[in-house]
Amino acid sequence: MSVAVQTDAEGYLSNKDDWSEELANELAKDLGVELGDAHWQVLNAARAIESESGSSPGLRKISKRSETPIKAIYKLFPDGPAKLIAKIAGIPKPKSCL
Amino acid sequence: MTNSGTEKKRSLSVICSKGSFDMAYPGLILANAARMAGVDARLFFTFWGLDIVNEKKIDHLHLNLVGNPSAPIPAMIAGLPGVEALATAQMRKEMDRLEIPPIREFIEMLDDAGADLYGCQMALDMFKLTKDDLVPQVKDVLTAMDFMDMSEGAQIIFV
Repeated sequence: MSVAVQTDAEGYLSNKDDWSEELANELAKDLGVELGDAHWQVLNAARAIESESGSSPGLRKISKRSETPIKAIYKLFPDGPAKLIAKIAGIPKPKSCL
Repeated sequence: MTNSGTEKKRSLSVICSKGSFDMAYPGLILANAARMAGVDARLFFTFWGLDIVNEKKIDHLHLNLVGNPSAPIPAMIAGLPGVEALATAQMRKEMDRLEIPPIREFIEMLDDAGADLYGCQMALDMFKLTKDDLVPQVKDVLTAMDFMDMSEGAQIIFV
């Protein structure tokens, strides 16, 4: 099952305005992640940093802002957390290496 | 997208062979990037690279200025006592500004991210060290051949 929304070739949302919490849930399901409160804490932090700074954050910043340890983030979003978080949160591919 | 059953999972092996402050980071950053992108990553610390995970040295790695053509100051000055320490301190400050973690924290981060860290048996023997001299995040001590076996199908980066 796939969500009918415009993404780029790598799967990042093309139009930020398309994003909604419902869409995030659908996108997450497609990526094999079932969103709970802990996931939302991480996603909201990532979205907040992106909207404040205009640049998509790496995991370290997301970890600090969401007060979620790196280890826990890897448990919440296994298999490439930086990519998964950006895709589900509807923000661009992270520009940070950390 | 996620890795499906038929698709072979990407995997990265990083060999860290240098122990200077500036040469410690590239391998760690690449392995971390791999983990963030869902690529399996393992690191092999050998020869001077062992300093990166040596409990006694990890917090005191030094920038290499002498013999480094990219060094921003003449070699004659770079060789004077204290100059490398000064340059290292300056670089540490700059990295802190960019929120790049110190080496010890970086190693912890890699461990938390699920990267596997290994020490080189021969290098340990050469420096008369044992696994107990290394930081606890080092999972095991291996021969180069063990590491090769482990790296089957992986992309290998030598730093």
